[in-house]
Amino acid sequence: MDPDPVHDMIPETAKVEIAPAGVEGAVRLSEAKPGDRGVIVDVRAERHAGDHGVDVGELQRRLLEFGFVEGARIEVMFEGAIWRDPIAVRVDDMRIGLRRRDAEDVWVLLDAR
Amino acid sequence: MSDAALPMARIALVGNPNSGKTALFNALTGSRQKVANYAGVTVERKEGQISAPSGRTISVLDLPGTYSLRARSPDEVVTRDAVMGKLAGEDPPDVLVCVADATNLRLVLRLILELKAVGRPMVLALNMYDIAQRQGLRIDLEGLSRDIGCPIVTTVATRKRGIEDLVAQVDGLIAAGTLRAANTWREPDAGQIRDAHREAQRILKANVRAPERPDTFTGKVDSVLLHPVAGLLILLTLLFVMFQAVFTWSKAVGDLMSDGFAGLGAFISAHLPAGLLTSFLTDGVISGVGSVLVFLPQILVLFFFIILLEDFGYMARAAFLMDRIMGGAGLHGRAFIPLLSSFACAIPGIMATRVIDNKRDRLTTIMVAPLMTCSARIPVYTLIISAFIPNRPVLGVLNLPGLVMFGLYAAGILSALGVSFITRRVFWRGAVEPFLMELPAYKLPDPVNVARSLFLRGKIFLTRAGTIIFPIMILVWFLSSFPGAPAGATDPAINYSLAGRIGHFIQPALGPIGFNWQMTVALIPGFAAREVAVAALGTVYAIGAADAAPGALAATLQHHWSIATGLSFLAWYVFAPQCASTFGVVKRETNSWFWPGVMLVYMTSLAYLAAFIVYQVARASGLG
Ligand SMILES: Nc1nc2c(ncn2[C@@H]2O[C@H](COP(=O)(O)OP(=O)(O)O)[C@@H](O)[C@H]2O)c(=O)[nH]1
Repeated sequence: MDPDPVHDMIPETAKVEIAPAGVEGAVRLSEAKPGDRGVIVDVRAERHAGDHGVDVGELQRRLLEFGFVEGARIEVMFEGAIWRDPIAVRVDDMRIGLRRRDAEDVWVLLDAR
Repeated sequence: MSDAALPMARIALVGNPNSGKTALFNALTGSRQKVANYAGVTVERKEGQISAPSGRTISVLDLPGTYSLRARSPDEVVTRDAVMGKLAGEDPPDVLVCVADATNLRLVLRLILELKAVGRPMVLALNMYDIAQRQGLRIDLEGLSRDIGCPIVTTVATRKRGIEDLVAQVDGLIAAGTLRAANTWREPDAGQIRDAHREAQRILKANVRAPERPDTFTGKVDSVLLHPVAGLLILLTLLFVMFQAVFTWSKAVGDLMSDGFAGLGAFISAHLPAGLLTSFLTDGVISGVGSVLVFLPQILVLFFFIILLEDFGYMARAAFLMDRIMGGAGLHGRAFIPLLSSFACAIPGIMATRVIDNKRDRLTTIMVAPLMTCSARIPVYTLIISAFIPNRPVLGVLNLPGLVMFGLYAAGILSALGVSFITRRVFWRGAVEPFLMELPAYKLPDPVNVARSLFLRGKIFLTRAGTIIFPIMILVWFLSSFPGAPAGATDPAINYSLAGRIGHFIQPALGPIGFNWQMTVALIPGFAAREVAVAALGTVYAIGAADAAPGALAATLQHHWSIATGLSFLAWYVFAPQCASTFGVVKRETNSWFWPGVMLVYMTSLAYLAAFIVYQVARASGLG
């Protein structure tokens, strides 16, 4: 049986890491761990299509509306007990809870630890 | 100004969720509030009135909270259309009042920029100003007002501070007859949202200085409440306490009320001549009204906890903690509160699904809500358990009846998760809505606001449920009373009625699950509400309410039913759609008879299947 039905719906091709041009070392927010801090460098609209209730452009707009914009400071605070999902992040001065699969298009340049 | 009545003016409250909009609405309108639905949609419409010192009456519309005018849920569509004056059946607002949490301005500034484009006169209510001051947050009010181009009033909704100022500002704008600019709002694309954020950031930087004593409380509390292990344990403990409260405190009150209604019924039967009128009053009206009212204490206690936790800011955390567990079954994290409410009664639970944006997520939640063990099942479970489950200790500390009760609850929860999982996998493959949710700063709940919200919930339940339950009770009374028993009849009168005939007619179909005709006849009135089955069984076995010594009915059932039949009846009640009011509410919430139909079919099939398996297995193991 698949251990994580929701995550497994994401086709492998969508998981290929292509860091935003010009920003070396950025990672997807969906892969960050609690304690990670950094700056959002890119919010894209390019995730896997098909398995989502909304299209990628709509997800991007929602992320932007919740304050996930380039330049915002971000810190991952907590993660859920099951499959480390969802995550609670601090975006500038507010807290947002979101699923990792919805955080894939947010690219973060992490501070050196 | 002359005394000639000034024309009534309209304002609308808009703002982000958790900005204190409800508290401000309460502070503005006090008890002069009305709750209804918007025409044609199941979005709650809250309206109240203010009498301004100028003598003008201002009607206040409290719009659902939103982060943007790009409406995504039915709630947000109402907000957008009302703001633009395009909502069918609503007069456009003369002035918009944007409510903002002064300590959390970033997102609302972007909303304000959108609202400005709509072109209506606007006032910004900078709420939670007490918290801002406590944190040493410095806001340049004049600069901010200049930058966003509208007057600002600082308010503390919970202390009623700034309310007079706000009314004066609004009244002034109305009196000045400020002209409306053209509506230039267009749905923003990603680039425009970014630009708006940049603009909001610039305004923030220019006018707001970071707090000297930022809120560290929320972070500290979260490190416990959102802890992957401790957080879940605390959530479970809270739920346990909640149920304890619902079923012990409120049960006492509920029982008292049932006794009261039974007493009233007995009084009427004693003082009026036996006949149709008496039967209508006691069995129709009083037990109809009673069956609605006895749930009120439980619903109020449950809502008390929900409102308290909501105002504290915990409910968003509960949804966060439960999201993956619910998500595994294809439910949205937000479905948590509706399903929780369904433990008291599916009706407020189904009404609470309105917080779920996505239509499919909402429908799934509505469809499984009646599987949660509502309190109306408890009398039935209690009766059957006391009749058929021996009071034996299990593993030393537990006892068998308690364990069976627990099993019945677990069966309800597991089947709800299972049904939604299958719905997701089979019917609505793939589509998984995003889950993005603000986790607001913790706040001390305000007793007055909690009381007012609680009162409102109670009123909504009574009016909406009452208008559905009551007519159904009357209908069921009619079915069970007509035609009356012929002269010289020996069997209970219900046996000759329409309900009796229907019961006899369907009995063969229910034979394979071990139901005799008395049971199928009792199921007909039991369709009005689950707990009515207990009284109905009393009626068909001719145990009058008068000599209903506790245990008399249980003893009768023990005598007439096999253990297999008793267990089968329990299994039936876990799934069976024995509640007509639920269908009424589902019809109302989905605006079609299709979904109640689907619900009827799937729940009945599940019930039959479960009862069949239980009955056959029990018989095979010698309990027949
Ligand atoms: N300290 C303080 N608390 C407030 C104020 N306004 C609202 N609250 C509290 O903030 C919480 C959320 O308020 P509510 O009106 O439910 O927010 P809504 O989601 O915008 O309707 C509640 O606990 C309120 O009691 C305020 O001005 N000062």
